[in-house]
Amino acid sequence: MSNSSIDNTAGSQDNGLLAWIDARFPLSKLMREHATEYYAGKNFNVWYVFGVLAMVVLVIQLITGIFLTMNYKPSAAEAFASVEYIMRDVEWGWLIRYLHSTGASAFFIVVYLHMFRAMLYGSYKKPRELLWLIGMVIYVALMAEAFFGYLLPWGQMSYWGAQVIVSLFGALPVIGDPLVEWIRGDYNISDVTLNRFFALHVIAVPLALVMLVVMHILALHEVGSNNPDGIEIKENKGPDGIPVDGIAFHPYYTSKDLVAIIIFMIIFLGVVFFAPEMGGYFLEHANFEPANSLKTPEHIAPVWYFTPFYAILRAVPDKLGGVVLMGGAIVVLFLLPWIDRSKVKSIRYRGAGYKAALAVFAITFVILGFLGTQPPTTLYTLVSQICTALYFGFFIFLYVYSGTEQGKPVPERLTYHG
Amino acid sequence: MSEPSELNRRRFFAVATGVTAALGAVGAAVPFLSSWQPSARARALGAPVEVDLSKLEEGALMRVIWRGKPVSVLHRSGAMLERLSNSDAKLRDPESEVEDQQPEYARNPTRSVKPKFLVVISNCTHLGCIPVSRFEVAPADLGPDWVGGFFCPCHGSKFDLAGRVYAGVPAPSNLVVPPHSYVGDNTLLIGVDTEEAA
Repeated sequence: MSNSSIDNTAGSQDNGLLAWIDARFPLSKLMREHATEYYAGKNFNVWYVFGVLAMVVLVIQLITGIFLTMNYKPSAAEAFASVEYIMRDVEWGWLIRYLHSTGASAFFIVVYLHMFRAMLYGSYKKPRELLWLIGMVIYVALMAEAFFGYLLPWGQMSYWGAQVIVSLFGALPVIGDPLVEWIRGDYNISDVTLNRFFALHVIAVPLALVMLVVMHILALHEVGSNNPDGIEIKENKGPDGIPVDGIAFHPYYTSKDLVAIIIFMIIFLGVVFFAPEMGGYFLEHANFEPANSLKTPEHIAPVWYFTPFYAILRAVPDKLGGVVLMGGAIVVLFLLPWIDRSKVKSIRYRGAGYKAALAVFAITFVILGFLGTQPPTTLYTLVSQICTALYFGFFIFLYVYSGTEQGKPVPERLTYHG
Repeated sequence: MSEPSELNRRRFFAVATGVTAALGAVGAAVPFLSSWQPSARARALGAPVEVDLSKLEEGALMRVIWRGKPVSVLHRSGAMLERLSNSDAKLRDPESEVEDQQPEYARNPTRSVKPKFLVVISNCTHLGCIPVSRFEVAPADLGPDWVGGFFCPCHGSKFDLAGRVYAGVPAPSNLVVPPHSYVGDNTLLIGVDTEEAA
């Protein structure tokens, strides 16, 4: 018995099956490392539910997506009709599709709030820079996933949205035009484009997303969760080696997350049942008309989650300049851990300048989002230009200000205020 | 433990294996990346298109599909042609100097082979929307200086009746004139160049 090279001590002695598994697969070890003995700050607030909600939405999208592919036809001739078929003839098809279409918007809502949480409490700062970078890659993959998926219903907005977004790459010098042709696989957006976007939407990007989410969680559990005070709880451990300000993820935060998931599902299903189009913001009106390559809709706008960047694109009266600024608006977010030089993480102990700037930044982002949904008038274009300047101005200000920022003293232990 | 020459030998093998694997990966990527190019079928559908112009009235515009792209054919009236030069000062490229935007034989003031027929790919040179026909002079929304042309509803780019882009709009260049030629008086052939001598 004792000669056995298999170590049974990891599992409990009285559970035969668990011990058998543990000798062959690190089940108990994984549970301890990532749940029952993963310690997080005891003062998490409501901002800390959006990560788990993003995972819930991911699961909703994966399941509903798999079932949608069972009736959807990825061809220019059949796509639009097959979506109508799902909506009208497939048993519960309308529900599966509305869950999926509403899920896309819900995904971005929770991800934007999750990212804003990181900005509130400095969760991107050392030692969590890589965690932030993986998260940003997830965000970009999510945008790609949403964009590919939006072409699939083959409505007017699908078609012209894809036309505009793919053409963005044409702004690149020299390689632009051949690159656009390569992406489309044709001389215009066509059946070929639809077919490959379908493949990317249902296989390539979801596979990458799931792997990235696993990496994101592994990176998080390696460095440990941040908290609303921005204090490293690992620096203050008790005699048992457990952070004195930490509580186990399971059962404490799993039960808290369950409450959040229930509240989220009530709101989410409310939208699915009573307002799946959300007045044209979640499902755009022009998309109820089949794609027509000879006629551009009077007013085209992307779905709301892309509109802040779309407004930046339109603010610049120059093709390449607009594309560069729009790309730059996303690239600059990747650099946030190095732009923000302040050692203090949480907004609770940062200077008034940061608080004001972050508030202006958040409002700017929302205004840009609104402007991106509107037709470009002279006034709106001017406001877009001001907001674009404020968007980038935030990062310039942050770099300068955080170098000499005067904040409040950071406490030794976690607090419960605020 | 090992002599230096043995270590060098090991390092050489490690690098050689790594380089071979990398070359293999690059080679393997070629067929996959190439499969995204327009297929033989897509290229075959890019064959020339014949258009009968006898029924296209003065001042009217028709759209035909060539290589999956909408091509606008506009029968310009005498008045439309006269107004063309009125807008020169406000254009970004009035002389059609950007070479890729038209074949050499369409590099003239009317950007056409026959002045009365304008043949352009409809897609806006900004992001590919289709500009709408606004041939009326000085409409309320486009201002008193508007002499007729094309207006892109997506991002507000403006073009004149020769498909020349105005300055200060997002579109960087004039609308593209596809290769085209005429067979007889009333038949337009899109996709076949006009012979230099003809």
